[in-house]
Amino acid sequence: MNRIDQRFSELKQQGRKALIPFITAGDPAPQYTVGFMHALVEAGADIIELGVPFSDPMADGPVIQKACERALKQGTRLVDLLDMVAEFRQTDTTTPVVLMGYLNPIERIGYDTFADKAAAVGVDGVLTVDMPPEEADVFGPLLKARDLAAIFLVAPTTSHARAATICAHGEGYLYYVSLKGVTGAATLNAADVAEHLEPLRGMTDLPLCVGFGIRDGATAAEVAKVADGVIVGSALVNRIAESADAPDTIAAQLKQVLGEMRSAMDA
Amino acid sequence: MPDARGHFGPYGGRFVSETLSFALEELEQTYLSLRDDPDFQAEFDRDLAHFVGRPSPLYHAERWSQALGGAQIWLKREDLNHTGAHKVNNTIGQALLAKKTGKPRVIAETGAGQHGVATATVAARLGLECDVYMGAADVERQKLNVYRMRLLGARVIPVESGTRTLKDAMNEALRDWVTNVDNTFYIIGTVAGPHPYPQLVRDFNAVVGREARRQSLEQIGRLPDALVACVGGGSNAIGLFYPFVEDDDVAMYGVEAGGDGVETGRHAAPLSSNAPRGVLHGNRTYLMSDEAGQVSDTHSISAGLDYPGVGPEHALWKDVGRVNYVAANDNDVLEAFRELTHMEGIMPALETAHALAYAKVLAPTMRPDQHIVINLSGRGDKDIMTVAKIDGIDI
Ligand SMILES: Cc1ncc(COP(=O)(O)O)c(C=O)c1O
Repeated sequence: MNRIDQRFSELKQQGRKALIPFITAGDPAPQYTVGFMHALVEAGADIIELGVPFSDPMADGPVIQKACERALKQGTRLVDLLDMVAEFRQTDTTTPVVLMGYLNPIERIGYDTFADKAAAVGVDGVLTVDMPPEEADVFGPLLKARDLAAIFLVAPTTSHARAATICAHGEGYLYYVSLKGVTGAATLNAADVAEHLEPLRGMTDLPLCVGFGIRDGATAAEVAKVADGVIVGSALVNRIAESADAPDTIAAQLKQVLGEMRSAMDA
Repeated sequence: MPDARGHFGPYGGRFVSETLSFALEELEQTYLSLRDDPDFQAEFDRDLAHFVGRPSPLYHAERWSQALGGAQIWLKREDLNHTGAHKVNNTIGQALLAKKTGKPRVIAETGAGQHGVATATVAARLGLECDVYMGAADVERQKLNVYRMRLLGARVIPVESGTRTLKDAMNEALRDWVTNVDNTFYIIGTVAGPHPYPQLVRDFNAVVGREARRQSLEQIGRLPDALVACVGGGSNAIGLFYPFVEDDDVAMYGVEAGGDGVETGRHAAPLSSNAPRGVLHGNRTYLMSDEAGQVSDTHSISAGLDYPGVGPEHALWKDVGRVNYVAANDNDVLEAFRELTHMEGIMPALETAHALAYAKVLAPTMRPDQHIVINLSGRGDKDIMTVAKIDGIDI
């Protein structure tokens, strides 16, 4: 069983919701990323989304754009991320890792080669922001064949018909984008999110996780009431940005931010 | 024609984040329902005639032809359009679509500022709110157009991220669209972007080739032997080429920005440098990127060609060999700019001068009874500052 499915079935038994932190790999420099991943797990992360830095992050707001710039300045490549996951797996064999990013770095490596390597190092899922299911007819099956989950987004603007298609193709979990906008935008509206999740429940058994606009324990707890998982990115990446000059202090800060969310969600 | 999902062979498609999918589906529906609607076509044609001033002339550059000592050169005078470039053909079309969808706000990305000016112009005319994204480096080198847009009532938003040029402006426009998708129509300025943009921008610009074809038959007495156009995203080139695609005897040349020379790596010529395939801004195409898939910095004297990708239909035409893609270097472009200005009294845009630079190579290899039609895609007023600076003159 894929680690993501395993994790959600455990959470379900425990009656808990998934907390899913996102950080951009290589930010502020590649040698820190694996340490941050372990710190996030210690603070209560159930799944880790590892951002693949890209030169043109069209779906991201300024916070993650700058994280990409910092990581790229340090020469972080997709192949380096795969090494990071391999290193992470030396001591953590249970926490699922999802790579999240844009298609072009994967295209450049080649779908087959990438899928082989990702599976070999212990990646569990892949979320390609600019690849909707309609364009995934080649890549999707290659992931599936290696037990890697192809994770897709659902947006507030997604029609009923499209949502059905996405549910049919999605694996791991559905990533519900809580608002119209880029990452790090305004705060979400929990009632609005609940309203949009409702019809999805009738279409799929996949866990529904919500991202974009979750800033603190309060918003995390609110969302956890209506979703199966809470994804938090810019709030963490902000901390990395603020302390980019003092990278040794970052892991503790990430633990603090995520720990607050964990407590608020479990309370 | 692309397939139902906007693929031109392995290229094109709709690689966007989910939030935009519905807007693109809506745009596709609107476009498909209107493109064969006689009322819509009549309105478009009327605007092209009375607002843009079409048809644009096909002008025989006799003196320049003679000087080059080969084929006869004909200039399709898109520089004479209202706002000074071919870009307005497309913005008129998309603004009509915006009007049909009832959205009160339009946005655009722009490099040279010609598409931004054309968008600001149609927005002023239709009373639409208009925001134009422009790379901060381009804001600097195209000051005149920036002020033109502001006079027209548009907001020009300089983009400081990435390479501060056209591709970054497009990133930022996409971010705006994803945020304001309910009330905003995105007027893309070239045959790139996600489906259906490459198709609809082509269709709106194809008026250039339809006229040129008819005018060639009237003025030359037959079809030309060759067509030449510059290629940034590829809208003026596709506009000229498309109506001739089935005419096998008409050779076609798309001229990309060679910058310092394709061999130096400092250029914006994804097709002629045989760049790897990649995905950016919603479509798969030839895309300048490094080994790790990061999009490369590009270099060109002309802001409007300074883009690492190219429209997907051009990518297919390269693969099937229908169009020859070549590059012209900055120095040769400047020389061509000066030559046409001196010999014909026509000052071309620096983008356009790429096509002229290649015509200087091509024409002497042909006979005087052969004919080349060049898309004179825009006028050079906007580039006077750039050229003056190169000449060491402070205006
Ligand atoms: C006069 C002119 N020609 C050509 C271009 C390049 O665009 P395209 O390749 O889409 O025609 C531009 C773009 O700004 C332009 O202003």
